[in-house]
Amino acid sequence: MEKKIQVQKETFDLRSEYDHLRSVSLKVGAVVTFTGTVRDLNEDESVQVLHLEHYPGMTERELDKIIVEAARRWEVIAATVIHRVGDLYPGDEIVFVGVASQHRGDAFAACSFVMDYLKTRATFWKKEKTQEGERWLTTRESDETAADAWG
Amino acid sequence: MTVKIVFFANLREALGVDSVDLQVSGSSSVSTLISQLAKRYSSEWLELLTAENIRIAVNHEMINEDAVVVDGDEVAFFPPVTGG
Repeated sequence: MEKKIQVQKETFDLRSEYDHLRSVSLKVGAVVTFTGTVRDLNEDESVQVLHLEHYPGMTERELDKIIVEAARRWEVIAATVIHRVGDLYPGDEIVFVGVASQHRGDAFAACSFVMDYLKTRATFWKKEKTQEGERWLTTRESDETAADAWG
Repeated sequence: MTVKIVFFANLREALGVDSVDLQVSGSSSVSTLISQLAKRYSSEWLELLTAENIRIAVNHEMINEDAVVVDGDEVAFFPPVTGG
């Protein structure tokens, strides 16, 4: 399995990430990608800046473990996770998850699983800056439920 | 022995420091480290580091506070993650 894991300030290019996943093997018959973006509103407050912090070293290791677990559960030929850190603004891309498999069922499931596990296990923290001030976000119960549902 | 202790997110802001080096006697548990930090800084540290939602990792691996640390280890304290 081909793994690509990057934590970076810069944005990413969807087309080149897709091309990378496709190019790994001619066995690839399905590529599923997910992109998470910064919303302009959260809990009715206008978000000016979303600051992303991570734990260098541990974050990459957790992401690697999540991909390995996905590949244990489904047939995965290639997987990519790119997560941005630093100051992001409404409309910016935050995270990219892409999975290439022989068939779509595996690619859809693995992509969804990686995203659900990333949200509850990878060491990233978000701080919102709004007109009211700054606040660190707290874990959503729905994210915990989604990750737990994979068993 | 010396261990490096690092803090993240709102915990880092509440403590006002992102990392400290701590001298401890051989093979101490994480809860011993917490007591030493509270002694060195303030009782507020004890409260913040033992708060129910605080996660602990040693050398990038999640553990609980009974875990034992050795010379050169990196111990991290942080709140629940909110990435993605």
